Amino acid sequence: MSYLFATPEEQQQMLAAIGVENLDDLFEQLPEDVRLNRELDLPPALSEIELDRMLRKISSDFATHGDRVCFQGGGAYDHFIPATVDEICSRGEFYTAYTPYQPEASQGTLQAFFEFQSLITALTGMDVANASLYEGASALAEAIIMAIRSTNRGSRVVISGTVHPEYIETVRTYLMRNECEIVIADAVDGVTDWQQAGSLINDQTAAVVVQHPNFFGCFEDVQSVVDQAHAAGALAIEVFDPVSLGVMKRPGDYGIDIAVAEGQSLGIPLQFGGPYLGIMACREKFVRKMPGRLIGQTVDRDGRRAFVLNFQTREQHIRRDKATSNICTNQGLMALRASVYISQLGPKGFVELGDQCHQKAAALADRLTEAGVGQLAYAQPFFKEFVFQFNRPVDEVIAAAQNAGFNLGPVLDRFEFPNGVPENSLLIAVTEKRTFDEIDRLVAALSR
Amino acid sequence: MENQIALQLLQDLSVPGRRATAFPPEELAEAGTSSQIPDEHRADHTLSLPELSEGDIVRHYVSLSQRNMSVDTHFYPLGSCTMKYNPKRHERWAGMNGFINAHPYAETNDIQGLLAVLYEMQEMLGEIAGLPSVSLHPAAGAQGEFAAILTASAYFASKGEDRKTVVFPASAHGTNPASAAMAGYKCVQLKPSSTGLVNLDDLKQHLSEEVAVFMITNPNTIGLFEKDIQKISEMLHDVGGLVYIDGANMNAILGKTRPGDFGGDMMHYNVHKTFTGPHGAGGPGAGPIAVRDFLGDYLPGPIVTRETDAQGKTVYKLSKPPKSVGQLRSFIGNIGILLRGYFYIRTLGGVGLREVSEHAVLNANYLLSQLKDVLDVPNGDRCMHEFVASAAPLKKQGVTAMDIAKRLLDYGFHAPTVYFPLVIPEAMMMEPTETESKLTLDRFADTIKAILAEDPETLRSAPLTTPVSRPDEVKAAREPVLSYCPCPTAFEVEAPKGVKETVPSYI
Repeated sequence: MSYLFATPEEQQQMLAAIGVENLDDLFEQLPEDVRLNRELDLPPALSEIELDRMLRKISSDFATHGDRVCFQGGGAYDHFIPATVDEICSRGEFYTAYTPYQPEASQGTLQAFFEFQSLITALTGMDVANASLYEGASALAEAIIMAIRSTNRGSRVVISGTVHPEYIETVRTYLMRNECEIVIADAVDGVTDWQQAGSLINDQTAAVVVQHPNFFGCFEDVQSVVDQAHAAGALAIEVFDPVSLGVMKRPGDYGIDIAVAEGQSLGIPLQFGGPYLGIMACREKFVRKMPGRLIGQTVDRDGRRAFVLNFQTREQHIRRDKATSNICTNQGLMALRASVYISQLGPKGFVELGDQCHQKAAALADRLTEAGVGQLAYAQPFFKEFVFQFNRPVDEVIAAAQNAGFNLGPVLDRFEFPNGVPENSLLIAVTEKRTFDEIDRLVAALSR
Repeated sequence: MENQIALQLLQDLSVPGRRATAFPPEELAEAGTSSQIPDEHRADHTLSLPELSEGDIVRHYVSLSQRNMSVDTHFYPLGSCTMKYNPKRHERWAGMNGFINAHPYAETNDIQGLLAVLYEMQEMLGEIAGLPSVSLHPAAGAQGEFAAILTASAYFASKGEDRKTVVFPASAHGTNPASAAMAGYKCVQLKPSSTGLVNLDDLKQHLSEEVAVFMITNPNTIGLFEKDIQKISEMLHDVGGLVYIDGANMNAILGKTRPGDFGGDMMHYNVHKTFTGPHGAGGPGAGPIAVRDFLGDYLPGPIVTRETDAQGKTVYKLSKPPKSVGQLRSFIGNIGILLRGYFYIRTLGGVGLREVSEHAVLNANYLLSQLKDVLDVPNGDRCMHEFVASAAPLKKQGVTAMDIAKRLLDYGFHAPTVYFPLVIPEAMMMEPTETESKLTLDRFADTIKAILAEDPETLRSAPLTTPVSRPDEVKAAREPVLSYCPCPTAFEVEAPKGVKETVPSYI
């Protein structure tokens, strides 16, 4: 099967117009000794119907997964996706467009991205947002690079030990060849000890990073982070959960300098880890140091409102090795999905969404505790996920849950935490999609 | 695209009290749990998001979509971007329950089918590259470049070497120097040569044991195959450096030659370009990297491994290579895009992929043959899958590449890439791809010829039929408006002749 057009007759006409005899002649630039003189060793081509059959079988091999009810979290969540998101975003005019280098041919995309920026600033209480990065962890790494460049006063970075461990690893990888000192602040009982962490922040510090709610679902003292960072001349960076912002304070309310998030919760399916959506918003004065794409409003030569790629001189295609980052591809379709999702919820929807997640999560934690299967690992309030310490090994807990049709996790011993985690503990997330029937059945299954 | 009235913004459409989604309140009545959110963290704001009905939202976005060109609606000859047709069947398959609903922390024994597919993808990408060790992890081509540079750096560090520079030709994509600089390397750019190929003398000048990597796109951004690539590789290897192939142009050589065969040590794929993926106004992409065996232990991960268990059953796992540079993002990779690439390769097979490249090259050369007499073609009348024409001679009449690009929009064609590569004045880079017909290419060539015969004033006033024309980018940068501004004077709406009333919400 192929997607080619040229019939043999057309092919001959085209070759004649070029002035060659056959297709091989078109490759005369390839030196003989580098040519592959065999076919690629790949599985044989399949027709649409054959591959469809095969994929149905593969998909059913692990249908158990998709069919189980998801109580999993750790940075990727099973939130509800309104039908409009798929319908609008699968329109070919959005789906198969490219980077809007010719603004006249891309006003739809440009306005949609401008509106994405507007929706994110409204949601976060920040001044400006860019038009999407890859995902949450690399967005945090980019934010730290941006902070180092903006403060220009040293490259010590203090990161809370309750930030998602994969995010911390990503930051380490991004900065592995920079002379940068990454200091991890200790956690006590599931939250960062900011009294003690304060001593880590000095006049060489470019950024202090907090995740709120943190990886364990608990609340961090963000105001203290902001105050201590600013007192030392550093920038405060918050990793936030967009789903929480209807019921919780926004990064802008605390005076955060750069806010980043994983946007998967905003209408993007789990799809085993990607593509997701990197959200980044900042205070106005840092905008020219921001990585990635920014859409600006302007007028055309007839005075009509128009949208364009703005500040392109920051970007790699102009600035090359002096660019704010190497990012070229953005997550356009994912940003569009998030925009439709946010529009669909509106201000009241976000409050209801936050309440549903929070109260259902609290109910599950209460009911598990009442059932006597264990207790909260940390005596802290939490938003939509929590670490639960069971009275028996987590393998048994997971197996019992799976047998009853539920998935839990992640298991925390897959990560390395500087202060360790309580034995037999699991992260459990509850979204607005979960019902009380599901919650009760899960509690019953784990009580047996 | 004919519509000339500004569309309202989402926020302008907002009516207090309207809403599109509500969550079932009775479920919370059952909760019996008071909120645990402490006062200091509880919201004391109302989000200033637009309040809209579902109908408002659908009409708004459908109206927006109609102000776009796209592959599904127009010919899109963007050189270096590879805008080929996106098969519709891929969307159905990628949406299958087992793929779309898998959580990244799923137990591996629940997702053996998905891991088997990803393992096979690693193997296939290794074969196509001729570089056997593959990581699917990077989120996009530029992240793939960065990942490979870090991989090389970890390899050098393991040998106790701290090399300082990365070298690239003047025609390189901007991502190459940007990625090298992010990894802390000094960037050295070679002088352009008159042939459009790497300037070997200048390369020689810059080679030393300080050089870590030479980054090169092959075929290059002029649309030519770097015929001296083996010699170049030898020169790099002689000083202990590595050769990196930017895979942006792999669609020209699939099944004809492989980066591993012509001397490359590392490469990235742009899965969304070479193997199709919806570009979605610039993403998402996926940027897996393939490297020689001796670099495999340093790859970023996780990657998929295959083992045989005690019962002799094949088991797939996720793990990091032993000396991995680590993760560059959360979770495994952009699986949704990688799956679409997998479907593409499986439906074409080795023979089909070779034909893709042959027809991409056929179409590019045919289009070149139709245009070489009316536009300057500085690098000869033969090319690989794309070529660069120059509008420089038209400057005398006051016509620029941009004018031609804008006028093409009026005729229903997306413009080619203009002003890239930087080494050719008034560059117009065209890549028709294999999924366009001779008829489309003929129409496009005829249109360019017709445009060149038009008076310069018409071209300078183009485009005339698009929703806006020649936006003021300087104003955008000097007086930045980056999010919704409620002030009514932020823009003037100009109604077309015959329309007197105020601007309607939807057009």
